Amino acid sequence: MRPILMKGHERPLTFLKYNREGDLLFSCAKDHTPTVWFADDGERLGTYRGHNGAVWCCDVSRDSTRLVTGSADQSVKLWDVQTGTQLYTFNFNSPARSVDFSVGDKLVVITTDPFMGNPSTIQVKRIARDPADQTSDSVLTIKGPQGRINRAVWGPLNKTIISAGEDSIIRIWDAETGNLLKETDKESGHQKTISSLCMSADKSHFLTGSADKSAKLWDSRSLTLLKTYQMDRPVNAVAISPLLDHVVIGGGQEAVNVTMTDRRAGKFEAKFYHKILQDEIGGVKGHFGPINALAFNPDGRSFSSGGEDGYVRLHHFDPEYFSIRM
Amino acid sequence: MAAAAVLSMSEIENKAMNIGIDLSTIVFDNIVLPPGDDFGITSDDEDILHEEVAPEFETGYGNVIVVDNLPVVSPEKFAKLEGVIRKIYSQTGVIKERGLWMPVNPGTNMTLGYCFIEFNTAQEAKEAKEKTDGYKLDKSHIFIVDMFDDIERYMNVPEEWTPAEIKPYEAGDHLQHWLTDEKARDQFVIRAGTVTEIFWNDARQLRPDPVYHYQYWIDSFVQWSPLGTYLATVHQQGAIVWGGKSTFNLIHRFPHNQVKHIDFSPGERFLVTYSSQEPSNPRDTHRVVLNIFDLRTGKLMRDFKGSVDDFTTGGSGGLSGISWPIFKWGGGKEDKYFARIGKNAIYVYETETFILVDKKSYKVDNVVDFSWSPTDSILALFVPELGGGNQPARVSLVQMPGKVELRQKNLFSVSDCKMYWQSNGEYLAVKVDWYTKTKKSTYSGFELFRIKEHDIPIEVLELDNKNDKIIAFAWEPKGHRFAVIHGDGPRPDVSFYSMKTGGITARVSKLTTLKAKQANALYWSPAGRFIVLAGLKGFNGQLEFYNVDDLETMATGEHFMCTDIEWDPTGRYVATAVTLVHVMENGFHIWSFNGKLLYRIPKDNFFQFQWRPRPQSLLSPEKEEEISRNLRKYSKKYEAEDQDVSLALSEQDRKKRRVLQEEWETWTARWKQYHEEERELRLQLRDGEPSDDEGSQEQYEAKEVEAEEVLDVHEEIVD
Repeated sequence: MRPILMKGHERPLTFLKYNREGDLLFSCAKDHTPTVWFADDGERLGTYRGHNGAVWCCDVSRDSTRLVTGSADQSVKLWDVQTGTQLYTFNFNSPARSVDFSVGDKLVVITTDPFMGNPSTIQVKRIARDPADQTSDSVLTIKGPQGRINRAVWGPLNKTIISAGEDSIIRIWDAETGNLLKETDKESGHQKTISSLCMSADKSHFLTGSADKSAKLWDSRSLTLLKTYQMDRPVNAVAISPLLDHVVIGGGQEAVNVTMTDRRAGKFEAKFYHKILQDEIGGVKGHFGPINALAFNPDGRSFSSGGEDGYVRLHHFDPEYFSIRM
Repeated sequence: MAAAAVLSMSEIENKAMNIGIDLSTIVFDNIVLPPGDDFGITSDDEDILHEEVAPEFETGYGNVIVVDNLPVVSPEKFAKLEGVIRKIYSQTGVIKERGLWMPVNPGTNMTLGYCFIEFNTAQEAKEAKEKTDGYKLDKSHIFIVDMFDDIERYMNVPEEWTPAEIKPYEAGDHLQHWLTDEKARDQFVIRAGTVTEIFWNDARQLRPDPVYHYQYWIDSFVQWSPLGTYLATVHQQGAIVWGGKSTFNLIHRFPHNQVKHIDFSPGERFLVTYSSQEPSNPRDTHRVVLNIFDLRTGKLMRDFKGSVDDFTTGGSGGLSGISWPIFKWGGGKEDKYFARIGKNAIYVYETETFILVDKKSYKVDNVVDFSWSPTDSILALFVPELGGGNQPARVSLVQMPGKVELRQKNLFSVSDCKMYWQSNGEYLAVKVDWYTKTKKSTYSGFELFRIKEHDIPIEVLELDNKNDKIIAFAWEPKGHRFAVIHGDGPRPDVSFYSMKTGGITARVSKLTTLKAKQANALYWSPAGRFIVLAGLKGFNGQLEFYNVDDLETMATGEHFMCTDIEWDPTGRYVATAVTLVHVMENGFHIWSFNGKLLYRIPKDNFFQFQWRPRPQSLLSPEKEEEISRNLRKYSKKYEAEDQDVSLALSEQDRKKRRVLQEEWETWTARWKQYHEEERELRLQLRDGEPSDDEGSQEQYEAKEVEAEEVLDVHEEIVD
């Protein structure tokens, strides 16, 4: 499996997202420019210029016409995917950490960081069909969790919002009222900051990765802990294979320790685990910094990883991968 | 409220409400209970209170001694006697004014033959008692000196002797029960974070099997006794020794405040504890206290106190402090002797009496290092070169007791020597660093002593390349071979030698040299034959499992950043560990003797791994040989067992997988059902967009679409 190395960012990668068809790959990094690539051969298609800070997260609409990006410049921008023009800018008074389109792409859930005395928030904005009608009003604002909320996504049928972050608790909120419905307890939940959260394709379950060196699989309706994948390093990024019963988990030692040991000690591998048996299947090496972002192509035949080293590595699986027996 | 069981706060609040008391107005601290009444609520720190020893009260006579057996004198000689006594006792301390009182028989006016002396301090009084008890004034007057406080105690001794009550014999715990494990497994102790755990090494199941687990057990470290009978834990207040059949029970406490090091005698008869105290005056040296306890009774056999300098003289310790253990045990498993090095002398003590052998130290001018034979009462000493080469350096072997010099070897232009005993005490290898002619550098070689042969022949061994540095040396346990890592470059060589080659007179010969290895440490299997060549530190944990009988590498492996390696006492398994020396990768791996990685356990904040040692086998060497000859017969049984276990394991594994799979299927069935039910709703959310595939099955078609876009129109007139 020879990866395609995509060098388009000057700073560490933060997020990767495929469109529904799996032909486009969107990447966000701490440089200010989200980039779109051909998911097949890694050719760079274009960039989205306009942010003035690290871009933490993005999402693309089902019809691949709209891109939404959240940035440390305290704004969330809506882009035209094809032309790269800015359609709208939502301004906040603190950095935007995560963005996620609802089913139907009429709503977007945004989280903002605690900043200058403002607490962290989860906000829902309505996306107008015609950008000219777009307003910046929030449909819903949720406050409460302590510290940064690293990720908030829509639950099944847009009825719930699932959030996770620095306080290591996963919460399910009512998307209508903003009431807290469920939260994880100390025993089954993570012990440290939750860095990442990835929904399954049918939104029935999701995977979370945490600095406590584990990734956990949850039922998205009942918030039941289904599986735990034990790692030997802090987890920064997770992804669920849409094709096989595999999950891929990436991370590495904390960035502050990276310079102290060599590459092998850093454990900058993307590790594959069997989703059901929780056994390790294998690893994909290559990055020379912690892995910050992982994404599966919706066809499950390739995946990409983004590292602190500024590279996106695009891997098309060899035929042997599909015949792995556990 | 009488004798109520412990009430919960809510019950109390209810009660208060009922009787109309506002609890918030009550200050609980102001409530005074009738004395002696606890209302049936026992305080949870009561036990601790009772355990405390009642403080000793000063009687005020601690500085008074009684001197008995003085001459009985008449009043004329009174002043003379008093003068003599004053003269004796003013040497040891300051006698208080009017502090000497000699009572007189009022009938005869003669003295009664004793006197009281009051010193300024109790310390002085004690010293006076120690120094003058038994002092011979003349033939018939030998002083009997006692502390005044003791007199009362002696007065209370009952006149009639009553036989001591003999407690019925209580069978002790079976301390070696772990050896009777049916699966013949070995134990090990690990310490990680605040937890100390003891496990069986269940290599068949490829996992550790927990035996004992304790949180916050110890303050500093744990240590097995040399035969594995006990586990010692080290605390602020001293060491505790544990052992027992099924669990670890407290066997003895060995109080020693601020204990830093402990050491067992090889035969498990004694325990040495060591502490060194920061001086209150920074110019003073550290105060060192060493206690030697009898391990079985817990009795303190002897203590040594002094400044740290008293224990660091000799050797190359110097400023770096003491080199532990201070006392080295000799005389084999009987723990007959222990010895320490001092200035120009070796202090050898007998455990029979706990005093110096022949009541004096063994004078050896300028001795810097010594070691005992592991099996015999033989000391090996090293004295360095003196007087600029006029007096050669010397290695000598001395038999104890008697201090008979068995063999001596003079060495010229030597910079340093290191002594290595073979575990059976058959051979002694002395690594010698010689100066080159220019004295600018050194080169190394070995002097090999054959202890058990007549006259102790000595052989000199030089490496093929004399300039190679010797990085490591190790004898094969109980064997006749040794391994040396030598070389100058980044990849040194490893050579193996045998002491048993040639005809009638055995001589040393090289077996083989392995070139350019990433190794800097040697770990022989305790059973011999196999060795792990390890590359620690700079080599990042390279491991090579080598068979010295067949001179072949069995396997190579790597435990990245490995810091510690230890064979289990039977030589079947090897543990490699990364301890807290490194921040990352903490934990341990267990390997088979032939280098197969069996299992790995990651543990954060990993401090210590230690196999539980085993006592020596009770089988005679002949019997052992017989077993190894008929190994096939025995191994059949174990192979069958192994197979059973592996079958059971795979069966277990299959079952577990099936359960997991079934469990998962119930989940996915439920999800599918939801997904179907919600299809309509989803369609609505998507404004009726029909395709409700999961995005993965639908194939998209790649189409080349040529789009032309006019970016800029620019007209230029060309000349």
